[in-house]
Amino acid sequence: MTTSNRAETTPMTYDVEAIRADFPILSRKMHEKPLAFLDSAASAQKPRQVIDAVSKVYENEYANVHRGLYQISEAVTTRYEGTREIIREFIGAAHTHEIIFTRNGTESINLVAHSFGRNFLSEGDEVIITALEHHANIVPWQMLRDEKGIVLKVAPITDDGELVMSAFDDLLSPRTKLVSVAHMSNVMGTILPIKDIIDKAHAVGAKVLIDGCQSVTHIPVDVQALGCDFYIFSGHKLYGPSGIGVLYGREELLDEMPPFMGGGDMISSVTFEESTWAKLPHKFEAGTPAIAQAIGLGAAIEYVNGLGLDAIGAHEADLLKYATQQLSSLEGLRIIGTAPTKASVVSFVLEYAHPHDIATIIDRAGVAVRAGHHCAQPLMERMDVPATVRASIGLYNNRADIDALVRALGEVQEMFG
Amino acid sequence: MSDDLRELYQEVILDHGKNPRNFHEHDGATNEARGNNPLCGDQLVIYLQLDGDRNVVNASFLGKGCAICMASASMMTDLVKGRSADEAQSMFQAFHDMCTGEGDETALAEDMEKLSVLSGVREFPTRVKCATLPWHTMVAALKGENEISTE
Ligand SMILES: Cc1ncc(COP(=O)(O)O)c(C=O)c1O
Repeated sequence: MTTSNRAETTPMTYDVEAIRADFPILSRKMHEKPLAFLDSAASAQKPRQVIDAVSKVYENEYANVHRGLYQISEAVTTRYEGTREIIREFIGAAHTHEIIFTRNGTESINLVAHSFGRNFLSEGDEVIITALEHHANIVPWQMLRDEKGIVLKVAPITDDGELVMSAFDDLLSPRTKLVSVAHMSNVMGTILPIKDIIDKAHAVGAKVLIDGCQSVTHIPVDVQALGCDFYIFSGHKLYGPSGIGVLYGREELLDEMPPFMGGGDMISSVTFEESTWAKLPHKFEAGTPAIAQAIGLGAAIEYVNGLGLDAIGAHEADLLKYATQQLSSLEGLRIIGTAPTKASVVSFVLEYAHPHDIATIIDRAGVAVRAGHHCAQPLMERMDVPATVRASIGLYNNRADIDALVRALGEVQEMFG
Repeated sequence: MSDDLRELYQEVILDHGKNPRNFHEHDGATNEARGNNPLCGDQLVIYLQLDGDRNVVNASFLGKGCAICMASASMMTDLVKGRSADEAQSMFQAFHDMCTGEGDETALAEDMEKLSVLSGVREFPTRVKCATLPWHTMVAALKGENEISTE
């Protein structure tokens, strides 16, 4: 299996209507209205290519992987392992065995907290996160703090939702052992200057985990050029199936780290006295994995590669600009998160209506958005809002989706304004 | 706009939502509880003043929430004033059943009829908790619990 070369296959014009036709769900209605799906940051829809790849596994070549000595087991193992190569190339990793399959981004972070954190961090060691993290990148470190006595430090953000770099610099010290930050905020869309963060963290000898759950769908990533130690993401936000996530880790680190869970597939030999661990990546993949989901993720990445992340990013940036302009023209609307470098997400509040009421009303107009704290309660507190409405843009959204949102907000204004 | 939306957001609800009654702290409160709906971030505090016979002599609330939650809290604090703790508890049950569709508004006692304006939430399963959060919190306060969370 090969991935297509991005530069060669990037179409000159981005035909969003043709792309929409690849996503069966986009032709359904919601409350008898055309579906305007603006919640891809929570989970993205799947193209026919992914749906077919998953069904084909079950129809033609399903068996357990790494076990069966028969043709279909070998075939499915080859496809499953082939996905690791697709991912390796997609994020620019040096080796396929640096790609560990997990259930989702959350599990990837927990794997690092358990395996790396518990074994290589000790009392007084410091972990730095930022004020805009998703709960998935807060809670595992708090659990580690309570268990091991590490110190958790939080780098602040500005009112626009940007990292305060000078304050981050001040938190860094030889006590810093890990910096764990989102590449992109799931609430505000802010893109963090991760190259700078990684370099500065490395300068004090700290390791760096990048939470790429949001960014990986919008921005090309090269983990070697970035030099990060861990990079994690979820398959379901990248147009792939749910139930599959990725942990990239540098080989030297993964080699030193003990397994996360014990069981089948992760051992090389077992006696009742002791077991020895399998090599990477299997050491971290105990039990039967999400086979079809991994293969589906491979299909999703090939789909994204076919369009080209640069072309996708440009299309989304254009729509984000349009959405920001249209929304800003509405009276009483305030955008939360106005950093100069941001992507694909616009969060807002209305003076006269609560986000929950807004979401209910616009749902009846066929518009799907998320309202609430977006698993980032500390950020909500920082921005001094109880909740926001979040519209997020995926590769298949078009101006009609944004227009539907703006029109539906007009109904909210009619009722509450 | 669809009929079920108009049914959900009736004038009365919009009015209570915008101008909630009893929206203040209560110094003489004997019981208070905080209610959280972690899904949408709604948070409120219910203050109750009970006398020696466990009658609710005063009720008020503070908090941030959607129109449904605010209207429900506003009407509830009006209604439970002057009731015994037991009465308040059974009002909760009747209201809860109406919202979840287990009972209906015709089953509400005459003095609770006002609450029927909130029956529109039945068509919006994700919004039932918005209407019932203040009531769950009030019951927690009656029992002397300080905190509840709808999950
Ligand atoms: C920035 C960020 N990190 C982590 C996660 C957790 O992803 P998952 O729920 O797929 O584990 C999300 C998902 O919302 C996210 O946006």
